[in-house]
Order: sequence, then C-alpha cells, then structure tokens
Amino acid sequence: MNATKLERVLAKPFLASLDGHRDAVNCMAKHSTSLSTLLSGACDGEVNTHTITICFIIAYCIDFYEKEFTPFYYVCEDPSLHLLDIFGGKLSTFNPKVKVWNLTKHNCVRTIQAHEGFVRGMVVRFCGTSFYSIGDDKTIKQWNMEAPGYGVEEEPINTILGKTVFTGLDHHQKNGTFATCGQTVDIWDEQRSTPIRSFSWGVESFSSVRFNPVETELLASCASDRSIVLYDMRESMPLKKVIMTMRSNTLSWNPMEAFYFTCANEDYNLYTYDMRYLEKPVTVHMDHVSAVLDVDYSPTGREFVSASFDKSIRIFPKENRNSREVYHTKRMQHVVCVKWSADNKYVMSGSDEMNIRLWKANAAEKLGVLSHREKLAANYNQKLKEKFQYHPKVKRIARHRHLPKHIFTEAKEHTVMREARRRKESNVRKHSKPGAVPMLSEREKHVVAVVK
Amino acid sequence: MGVMGLIYLYNGHIKICTEDVAQTPATSVARFCQISYPIWQHCRQQKDFCDSLAGSGAEFTTTDRLPAHVCTCCWRWSLYGGFNMAKILKKNKVSTKGTKKTLNKNTGTEKTPEKSSSAKRRERKRKTVGKLKGTLKTTKKSPIEKLDLDNVDEDELLNEGEEIIPSEDEGGSDDDRKHQKLLEAISALGGKKKRRLAERSEATIQISEFSVDAKGEGEKINLSDLIQTIAKTPAVSAQTKSHLKKLKLEEKTVDSPLTKPETERIQRNVAFQKSSEEVSRWQSIVKQNLKAEQLVFPLNQEAPGPKPLEQVVCGWKARTPLEQEIFRLLSVNKQPINDPVLTPIEEESLKAMSLEDAKIRRAELQKARALQSYYEAKARRERSIKSKKYHKVQNKAKRKEFVKKFDEMLKSDPVSALEELQKLELGRMKERMSLKHQNSGKWAKSKAIMAKYDDGARKAMQQQLEVNKDLTQKLATTLSDEEGEDDGETSEPDMLPDFVNEVEPGQDPANPWMRGQLSKDPVDLTEPSVPETAAAVLISEDEEEGPEETEEEGLLRGFAERRKQRQEQEAENEAAKNQDMEVMTEENKAGAEKAVASHDAADADIADDDEEEEEELSKFTNLFQELKDSRMEAEASAMVAEVSEPECAQLQQAMFRIKSLEDMDLLDQEEQADPAEPNAEAPQPAPLESKGADKKRKRKRGIDLAEVLTKEATVINVPLAPTAVEGAEGAAHGQEEQRDVIKEAFAGDDVISDFLKDKRREEEAGRPKVVDLTLPGWGEWGGQGLQPSKKKRRRFRLKTAPPPPRKDGGLASVIISEKRDSSVSMHQVGALPHPFLLPEQFEVTMRAPVGATWNTRQAVKKITMPKIVTKVGAIIQPMSRDDLLKHSRKQEEEGTAGEPKKRKAPQRKRSQKRHKKTKN
Repeated sequence: MNATKLERVLAKPFLASLDGHRDAVNCMAKHSTSLSTLLSGACDGEVNTHTITICFIIAYCIDFYEKEFTPFYYVCEDPSLHLLDIFGGKLSTFNPKVKVWNLTKHNCVRTIQAHEGFVRGMVVRFCGTSFYSIGDDKTIKQWNMEAPGYGVEEEPINTILGKTVFTGLDHHQKNGTFATCGQTVDIWDEQRSTPIRSFSWGVESFSSVRFNPVETELLASCASDRSIVLYDMRESMPLKKVIMTMRSNTLSWNPMEAFYFTCANEDYNLYTYDMRYLEKPVTVHMDHVSAVLDVDYSPTGREFVSASFDKSIRIFPKENRNSREVYHTKRMQHVVCVKWSADNKYVMSGSDEMNIRLWKANAAEKLGVLSHREKLAANYNQKLKEKFQYHPKVKRIARHRHLPKHIFTEAKEHTVMREARRRKESNVRKHSKPGAVPMLSEREKHVVAVVK
Repeated sequence: MGVMGLIYLYNGHIKICTEDVAQTPATSVARFCQISYPIWQHCRQQKDFCDSLAGSGAEFTTTDRLPAHVCTCCWRWSLYGGFNMAKILKKNKVSTKGTKKTLNKNTGTEKTPEKSSSAKRRERKRKTVGKLKGTLKTTKKSPIEKLDLDNVDEDELLNEGEEIIPSEDEGGSDDDRKHQKLLEAISALGGKKKRRLAERSEATIQISEFSVDAKGEGEKINLSDLIQTIAKTPAVSAQTKSHLKKLKLEEKTVDSPLTKPETERIQRNVAFQKSSEEVSRWQSIVKQNLKAEQLVFPLNQEAPGPKPLEQVVCGWKARTPLEQEIFRLLSVNKQPINDPVLTPIEEESLKAMSLEDAKIRRAELQKARALQSYYEAKARRERSIKSKKYHKVQNKAKRKEFVKKFDEMLKSDPVSALEELQKLELGRMKERMSLKHQNSGKWAKSKAIMAKYDDGARKAMQQQLEVNKDLTQKLATTLSDEEGEDDGETSEPDMLPDFVNEVEPGQDPANPWMRGQLSKDPVDLTEPSVPETAAAVLISEDEEEGPEETEEEGLLRGFAERRKQRQEQEAENEAAKNQDMEVMTEENKAGAEKAVASHDAADADIADDDEEEEEELSKFTNLFQELKDSRMEAEASAMVAEVSEPECAQLQQAMFRIKSLEDMDLLDQEEQADPAEPNAEAPQPAPLESKGADKKRKRKRGIDLAEVLTKEATVINVPLAPTAVEGAEGAAHGQEEQRDVIKEAFAGDDVISDFLKDKRREEEAGRPKVVDLTLPGWGEWGGQGLQPSKKKRRRFRLKTAPPPPRKDGGLASVIISEKRDSSVSMHQVGALPHPFLLPEQFEVTMRAPVGATWNTRQAVKKITMPKIVTKVGAIIQPMSRDDLLKHSRKQEEEGTAGEPKKRKAPQRKRSQKRHKKTKN
C-alpha cells in the first residue's frame, strides 16, 4: 500500500518542454545513434510564407553514473558521446574523470528551412550521418546531420522531386533504401532519383509507411480506404491487406517481436495485429476518447505510447486492453506525434501548440544516480506493488489518475454509449432468430475484411 | 478433308470459315468455327512450324477446290503473320485438277482466257506475296511492299496454274456482289481493315468461286488434317514431328489464361505465405524472451571486463616474413595459433574422456571385478557344503526371495512376471511328464522293499506320493480346463484359479494376469499398456546405455562364461560321482537328483522340496486370488467412476458454494449417498429440460442420505443415452417423454423437503447457543451424584442476545447465507486474478513474504529482481537476424546436449571452459 501510495506521490512524469517552433509540430524523428538528438518538423500555419523549421535539439540529460566504474575507452565508445562530440563545442567541459555528468541543455541546435508547406515526414539514416525529410512541395531531401560551418548556407545533399505529394517516410534498418508513401508506396534506392519499386493496390492514398525493424524487408502502410497493407520489398506485389471499420493513421512495428504491429485508429482505439493472422487483432487497446494520431513502441517491445487528438498521450502494455498511464498538461493541445526514446527511459511528444514535451516513461522513476540501497528499495517496492496489485484498495490507488475535465466527461459518455450499444445489440439478439445476430467479440467487430 | 475454308484472326483466336458451297452457293454464307485452342497455341509457340509449313511445300490432301475469295482471305491472314496459307491453297488447286474440269463441264459456263488470265495473274501475285510474307514472318506490311515482291516467280506460277483458269471465271455479276458482301462482312469482323478491303475487291471482280461442290462439307478442320502431310515431308525436323504427335495425342484443350486480378491474387498469396513463414521463425525467440525471468537490454551486449587473449589476437595477421615463417611452422605442426592453450589432439583427447571420468570408470570396473571374484568364491564354497539341511534352508530362502521378487515384479514389470509364471508352469508340466515322484525309480523300489519294516522309508514314499498327487491333481485340473470341462474332475477352488480361462463379461480379457498361462500375446493387451511401455522404456534405456558400457559388459560376460564352464565341469564331475554312488543311499540319491537338477535350469527353479513347493503353490494361488480380487475391485471402481463421472463434475461445481464446515458435512453425506443413487442419476436429463427441472437438479446436491434411503428407490431400466425426441412423432409426444424422463430421473428424491431441511440447519447454526460456564464443586460441595445448585447454574449459564432476524426469514424458497463479513470483504480480492488458476496458488503467493526481514539477502535479491533491466544511455537496437541465428544455434546445442542452458553469460561459460582446460 505504502509503495503504491509513494509511487503515486512521486509520479511526476513531465520533464521539459522544448520550444522553438513557430508552428505546430508535425513530425519527429529519433536519432539512430544518438540518444540526445531529436529531429522535429513543423508546419507553419501562417498564410503564404510556409516557413518550416527543423530543429536539432539536444534534448535531455544524460547520466553517466552507470559508467562510473568502467574504464575510459568504454565511455568513449558510447555512440551518444560521439555525437555529443560532434555537436559540441559546448561539450568542452567533458571530463571522463567526473563521475556524475548532468547535462541538461534543452536548446535548439540547428534550424533548417527545408520545405514549402508541411514537413510530412522525417527519418534518420541508419548510420546517423544524414537524414531525409519530405514535404508538401513533393520533394524528398537528404540533409547532412552535421551543421554547416558559420556563414555557410544550409543545403540538402540530395533533392528528389516527386510526381505527387509524399505523406510518409521511413528508412530501411540496414540498407540504403527508404520508403515513401503518397498516392503509392514507393521504395527508393538512395542512389537513384526514381523509385525502384512502386506498390499500389486499388485507388487510395496512404498516410504512413513503416519498415519492420526486425524482418527488415517487410513494410506496412495505412491507407485512406481504411485498410492496412503489408508489403515485402522483394516482391512486386503487396502481400495482404485488412480493411477496418475506420481509418488507421499510423502504425508501429514491435522492435522485438517481428510479427506484431500496432496501428492507431480513428475510432479512438489502437489495434495490435499479428501480421500472419490479420483476420482479427490480437488486442484492442481502448482508452482514448478521440482519434489516435500516432503510436510508437518502446525499444524493449513491451509497451507502446500513443498520441491522441484528445490532448493526451497514453502508455499501453502491449498485451493489455487498457493503458497503464496517461500524460497530459494544461497547455498541451492535440498531440500529433510521439516517440519513445531508444534507451527506454523517455517519451517525446509533439503537439499542435508548437511544443515538444519530454516525459518520463515511468512516471515515478527517479532519475539520476541511485545508490545501491536505493536501487534495492526501488526493486522491493516494485515487487510489493506487483504482489498486492489485485487488492481492491491498492488497486484503487494505483489506478487513480487525474484527468482533464473534457477527457473525463467524454470517457464517461463513451462508457454510456458503449453500454447502450451493447444493450441494444442484446435486445436485437433476443428478438431475432437464434443465431441470426452472432455474438462478436470486441476484437472481431472492427475488422471488415481481409483482402488477399 | 472437309471443306477448306478461310482462316481468320479475330480477337486472338483463329477461326476457320467453312463455306457451304454446295448447299448455298448463291449466298455463300460463311460459317465460322473456332479452331481448338492448342493449334493456335502451337502455331504461336513454334514459329518453325509455320516456317516448315510454308517452306517445305507441305502437301494437303484436299480434294476440294477452293473459291477465290477464300484465297484472298487466306492471303490476308497469312499477311498477318500466320503460316503461309497461299502455299496451301496452291497445292490444293494442283491436286484437284480433275474434279474441276468436270465441274466446269457441268456448269457449262466458260469465259475468255484473256480475261481469266489477267485475273489469274493478280491472284498469283497475291499468292506469292503471301508466301513471301509468310516465310519472312512479317506481321504487317504496307501494300507497296507487297507490290515490290510481285515479280517473283511469276512465270512459274503461270505455268502451274494454267488449268485453273476456266474454273475461276465462273459466275456472274450477281455472285460478285454477294462475294463482295461476304468480304465486307468478314472484314467487318476483323475491324479497321476497310481500306485494304477496297483494294482487294477489284481483284475478285471476275473470279467466281461458287462452281465448286463441297465434298465433306460441314466438317471441322482438325490439326491432324493440317499436319498429315508433315510426316511425309523430309524437310520438317523430327522434333517438330514429335511435338505434333504429342499434340495429336492429347485431345483436351488448354485452359484459358487466368485474368490479371486472379493471377495477382495468387502471386500475393504466395508472397504472403513466404513472408509469414519467414516471420514465424522469430516465434521461438519471442516466446523465450517472454518467459525469461529477467531480460537485460540491450540484448546482445558484450560483457564488460577483459577479453580472452584468443579473441583479441584473432584479428591479427602475420605480415613480416619472420612472422609468416613462424606461423607456417605452427600450422604445419598443428600447433594452436589463436588459442595457445591446447593443440587439436589435446582437445580431441579431452573431448574423448576427461581424467575424472576415466578414474570413475576404472574404479567401477575394479569394483565389478572384485564383486565377481567374491561371488564366485562364495558360490564355490556353498557348493562344497554337503549338509542337506543347509541346502534345504538355502532353497527355502531362495524361494522366499523369489516370491518377494515376483511380487515386486508384479507391480513393476508385469510382462516379465508373466514370463516367470509361465516358466514355473512349464516346470510343472515337465514334472508331470517325467516319472519323478512316481515311486517307480530304483530308489522307490528299494524303499518299497524296506517299507514293510522301516517307518521312515514308508513315510518318505508316502511323501513322494503325496507330492505326486498334488502335482498331478493340480496339473490335471489345469489340463482339464484347457481341454474342456467335460472331464468331470472336481477341482479344488483354492488350488485352481478357475477364472483364468473363463471369459467373464466384466473382466478385462486383456489382463495377462487374468489369463494366466493361456496366452501372453501382447497385441491383445490393452490394459497393462502403461507398465508395458514402462518396461519398453526400461529396455530402450538399457539399449541406450549399452554402447557406453560395452567394455564392462564384455568383461562381465567373459567372467560369467568362465564361471559357467567351470560350473558345468563341476556338475558333470558330481553327476559322475553320484551315478556311481546312486545305488547306495538316500542321501546320495538326493544328491544325484540335485545334480540332475543343476543340469536343468527350469527344474532347478522348481526344486524338489515338497512343502516348499506346496507353499509356493499356495502362494501363487493366493496371488491369483488376489489378482482376481483386485481386478474385480478395479472393475467395480471403474464402474463407480463411470457412474459418478458426471457427479464429479457437479461436485467440483459445488465446491464454489462451500462456505462453512456444515457445508463440508453436507458434502460428505452426499458422497455417501451417491453410490446409493446411481440408478436415479444415470440417465442424463434430456435437452428439452425445463427451467424448473434444472433448478431441482441443482438443489438435489444437498440430498440427505437418510432421507434418500427411507424412500424406496424405484428401480428403473433406462437406456444409457438420453432419449432423443423424434421430430416426426410430434412435439407433444416428445414433451411427454421428456417429462417422463425427468420424472424418472428424480423419482427417488424429495427435493423440497431436502431444501427445507437445509434451511432449518442453516437457521439452527445461526442461532446463538447457551454457554454453560458452571464449574461443579466451585464454591460448593462437589462429587458423585451432586449437581451444581440451580442458582449457580442460572448464574453461569450465559445466554447471548438473539441475532438480528435472518434476511431469508420471510422468503420460503431462498437460503441467504449470513456468513459474509462486509468489513473484511472490502479488503479481499474479489475474483481470482488472471495468471492464477487456483485460489490456492494465489493464496500461496500472497502468503510468501518478499522482504528482507523474512528472507535471506540472496533470496530477496532473487525475488525482487526486476523483469526488465535497461542500461542508462545505451541504445536498444531492434532485434536483428544475428540474434535469431544465435538463438537457433543455441537451441540446436541444447537439443544435442539434452539439457537447458541459461541464456545469459556466454562469456562466463567460455571462461569456465578455459579454466577446466588449464586444470587438466
């Protein structure tokens, strides 16, 4: 009980807000080799001008307390440090003998005017030396990760002019290929200016495309005709698609379990699918009270975070129906994009009101150096919480979250609606021929068809 | 051949137009029939076929004359890239000269040669063009090009076609018009060829084509017709011929190709299958990670600390000549380059056997040898003892041991026990067949002489006779059983296990024990499959162990053989001695018998001592009896189980309702009551059971034994299966039957009174009891016959306040339990949480303390170990294919080693190995 109470008392997930954009943040990208770097693209709402900013932000504190006993070369091998070296004249104070390093610099490192109109997508190349961005101006641009010298103009390494607007972008995990989506899903080779492969199935436009990080040749995309389509880069045809009752906005593959992906749907739910059995989702995650706009898996593959139009982000365990955590702040507007940091510690969310927010993945976790006893105590408390989680009083405390009024009321409303629907269905069932109205589980309800 | 028509390309098909010249010469309506697909396909596939047709001058055995417009169209078609039809036509004309002439005479219409010659020339031009086009296989060419080709072989053609002339200029302007029409119709089918049609029309103006009678008209053109001539022409390659033959043989047409969406769907399906299979490879690793007690991310992290020297050196290569020289030497001598500790030979030897193993093995062998010699010595010593009594005791002990062993064997290994039993049986048979104990031997005869005077001798003879009697009687009975029971010999029920051969309906015929010596066919054995398999497993294990212990076994076998030889020698010696002395005394006789027995192993088992034999026999009969009893019991229990199987389920269901000790009592009563009412329970209530009946059934669990027994249970013969309601009989009938069934099912029990009783009991339990606290003799005199005073009693008898009225007081048909404590239940877990299957499991986990106060430090550390550990500042990469490879390799290793290994710490393992190596 005490452990649970303490957890609730100490749950302070919000770390920082990174401002600097002059319009809503539309997309973000994690750096593939540096933890401290985040890329974000925005859309400027102002008429005509369409100034777009892409920011490099050294995002959050890096604690080296774990490494205090390791020899020097080991620390140097750390990839994040490399990049810090690259970025930092600011890091001149770095001294390996210092045991505790607490660097908290939440500032914008670099701003690029990349596109005319929205920046629709961004992705860092797997090596971390350059990144791609796509925009409403039908171009794909490759940028160098290193900022140009003083007085030198920002220019992309490479620009590809496409025929249609691109809406989504993702890079292959290991090869120099990337995928875009728009009218079609295209696979590009970095060396060529035309796509090496172009998939289309029916007439639709796609909102997002993602490479499978594990089985790296597989892709999945969300189409505007409410379907999710699977592809194999090596095949000339798409593999399969599942049509749902409402449109999916984005999807995210589980980085540890190759066949699972989760899609963020317009019907306020998230669906985890096994790509081999698309007939019904493995789990339906429902807690949001408005359309879910983005989803990202934790690098451990155990949880994922979702961003919603209801101005909140939620963290779901991958096998649970309900979320374990909900984050919101008074000023945070519709959350458009969300990312889980590569060290499983932080969550970044970009929202409409031009801010990127930094959250802890575990709200009550203590950041910074933990002494041995502290660690033991934390583990013990965790275990206690786990053990007694089923007891009603403990459960009540552990489950309690403060919600903004609009979410609270809407959630209530939704439960009422759901109940009404259920009651009506049961009534219909009662008054119709036995077997005429089949009992459908929640998982079966949302899939319209699987097209082979 | 039938009517030669025009071949026409239309929408990717070939059509042959046969012209009904004889029947409708005036209209010349073209009939289109479709050539079967394979021809077209074949023509397309084999371009050389077209070439060969055109180039080789294949002959077509047509007798018909072809009309001019047909030629035209054929020419046109050949222009499109088919085979050279013009050639064919030409040949036709040549071959059909005779008929043409007669036809011409009949019609009697002739035209001037000048006119016809011009027409003919044009015609020929067309032909040649067509031919050339055909050979060149041009798909389409402009008319100008065609004209360029006109000059070719004109003279030749002129000579050739001389006799055709009169036939061609038959028919008037009327025919021409019709022909024109036809051509138009045909070209309309082809579409977009109008311009050329006009071009051609002038060529056909003066050529009439309707003077031909059509022999074999109405027949379709076949491939065989077309390729008949090919066989005769040497220019056609053999391959083509064989192809064509094959085509001839297979009659069926090829299916039309699938539509584009269909093919795409198939492709997609195949691709999906492939990729899903690929993805499924991750299944095991995913599962393993889920089950893992602790996962440390990033997963494939190298353990910190110094690396082994070999790994560091691994990347280094020899560059300088000296180094290279050294390396060459090392590699030649098979010295380790990377691992400086062991050479391959050393490694091999290590792999073959470690020192400790070898030591253990040697010790084992030594022990075996010592035991061997010890036993041998013992056996020799024992054999040299001549005391009869000693041997008697020995034999008795042996027998006892054997019986004990046999008992054990019965439980553990019934198959071999059966074999033993049969061995005994065989021994008995042999005994019966021999003249032993018949008082017919030398010894017996001598005894018979002595019997008159010697009491002991008489006794001995009698004993022997008794033994004989016993044996024969016993064996006779079994024999009579075997032969049939008409012998009429009464058999002792104790001695004879008569159930052995009976086929009792209740008994399991498969049980080897029940059948005794009759058969041991394992195929029939259904029941003792478990011990059998166990035996099989044992055997297989033995087999597996076999190769490992070959050396030992070989040694042991050698010893055994030697011992055997020695034994045999000794026995022979003894036998010889005994034979010499045989005549002399009883003792000697017995010794001789023993010697003989030692020759025969089976006989030795049976032995010669009478009482012991009897004992043994009684043992076995007892055994049979026991077996029989146990069998019966088992059967009975099986029957009970069968009957009470649904009951069990119900009982389990009922477990949820147990809330107090009284309930438990009730349950006990039920259990007692249950065997009494299988009859009532046996029929399953049929599906159309009403709700009321259902309730009744539920309630029925609380049946009181006494209650049930007081009522006379009506015995009903009910079919085992629930009676199904026939639709034809009508619903009313079915319902009636249903009711009957239900009535039958609940005939024995009075549900309502049971319920009332239950309720009363509940109320009784809830009522407060008077507590008597009087202590006799406290404060007054006590003793036998003295009661505490009334005053005392009144004072110390405590009456508690009456409880609040029961909630179900006013409700006649409800029992509301009042045992629930709301103040406690607030803190109780409402339902069993997800991962737990039994409340006991959950309770155990809740009871086990976690903290350091109750556990050791290590235990706490282990218990509170977090499931997922991440390293701060380390990027967790998604799983990669290397992980999968590693995983699969590890699994393979585990599969070969047969023992699970830990996922973590490969580094440590390696270091351990090294350590071991160095130690050795």
